[in-house]
Amino acid sequence: MSEYTLDTTGLLCPLPVIRTQDRARTLASGDVLVVHCTDPGALNDIPAWCRINGHQVLETVDGDNEVKITLRIGAID
Amino acid sequence: MHYTGWFQEQPQLAAARCHHELSGLVEFVPMKRALNEHCPAPRRAVALISGGLDSMLAALVVQAQGVHVEGLNFFTGFCVEGHTHAIRNTRQKTPRRNNALWVAEQLGMRLHIIDVIEEYKDVLLKPRHGYGANLNPCLDCKSFMVGKARQWLEQNGFDFIITGEVVGQRPMSQRRDTLPVVARESGAHDLLLRPLCARLQPPTLPEREGWVDRERLYGFSGRSRKPQMALAAEYGIEEYAQPAGGCCFLTDASYASKLRDLWQARGEKRYELDDIMLLKVGRHLRPRPHFKLIVARDAGETRYLQGYRGHFAHLEMTSHGGPLTLIEGEVAAGDFELAARIAARFGQGRNADSVSFRAVMADGSERLLSVVPLSPNQVPRVWYV
Repeated sequence: MSEYTLDTTGLLCPLPVIRTQDRARTLASGDVLVVHCTDPGALNDIPAWCRINGHQVLETVDGDNEVKITLRIGAID
Repeated sequence: MHYTGWFQEQPQLAAARCHHELSGLVEFVPMKRALNEHCPAPRRAVALISGGLDSMLAALVVQAQGVHVEGLNFFTGFCVEGHTHAIRNTRQKTPRRNNALWVAEQLGMRLHIIDVIEEYKDVLLKPRHGYGANLNPCLDCKSFMVGKARQWLEQNGFDFIITGEVVGQRPMSQRRDTLPVVARESGAHDLLLRPLCARLQPPTLPEREGWVDRERLYGFSGRSRKPQMALAAEYGIEEYAQPAGGCCFLTDASYASKLRDLWQARGEKRYELDDIMLLKVGRHLRPRPHFKLIVARDAGETRYLQGYRGHFAHLEMTSHGGPLTLIEGEVAAGDFELAARIAARFGQGRNADSVSFRAVMADGSERLLSVVPLSPNQVPRVWYV
């Protein structure tokens, strides 16, 4: 299991979700991905995307200028 | 009964209705037993999910027949998203959510969001069937998306495609004579099932093969939304997003006007993602053919536009509270004074004798600038794009 980061700052949803989805496809089950965003909508959308795709949100941080979402990749089809 | 609650309680059962239900046996069978003992693996369909009610119902109607459904949502760059609105302070009470994801979660299905920004340029710039009332190439767009769904279906081993189209609902892409065009030009042909109006169409492959029960599909037509709302009520769906047609900026007259202006200023029909995102934000004024101002309307938009400061000449008001202004185009040093006088109209110093700015050129060089704000009648309406 490894930890990776993804920078989606400056992008508006759904692009942070799309970039997360595309990055997740390249990772293994159990890997951790830390996504950095500036669109606060990602706080809803990335967790929603995780729920419907079987990934686990480990932490969300709503900072002044940046949102950070940490997720664990679920089972890979 | 509220649909969401029903589904959350019965997800396996809903997925396991299988062919028993198709043959008239309506009893629920636990999925594992059903799959192992009675039924082949359930058929798999991919549904185009916009986030609106029609596509939600179309997926649900097929899902309720025991078909495994997954959603596809295409991001063209022109999609109206709550977040784009949420850039503005005044809209922050609207839900900050992606409606397609929300629908998928309500239906308990996977959703694949696909970036088609680059491919979509051909659809918008060279539509075979032309534009609708504004710059909406609806018929080409629908054919493109169903075609992308067909490709996805082939790559992922799914059986058929679902859309929420209704005969007569939209003046361009959802007419009796254009529905076959979509099926043909997308290459989907009779793999394309439109559950909400299927009873008005010739039977498709999923119906002929008995993968879905045609008798349990619908024959909606026309612009009225009442049948869909009644069906939603039957399923206990109480909350859903904006009705169909409200999900694309290209149908918006004001947005289309800004896009036409962009193409005219460039002398060609061409755009990048940043161009079309910026058209959604701020007041756009073109006082001279060779440059345009994008003036933030509130602090939320100023924060958003700040992300573009490195790519544009811009004006930051220093003497008063006021919005950030980006300047797009080949702006000369002499143009800054006019730009600043216009920008001063939109800050707290609009009635002051002088307003000061930090003016930053596209190459990063800076200078301080003090100007007299223009009066309202010195800003002609024609400057507003």
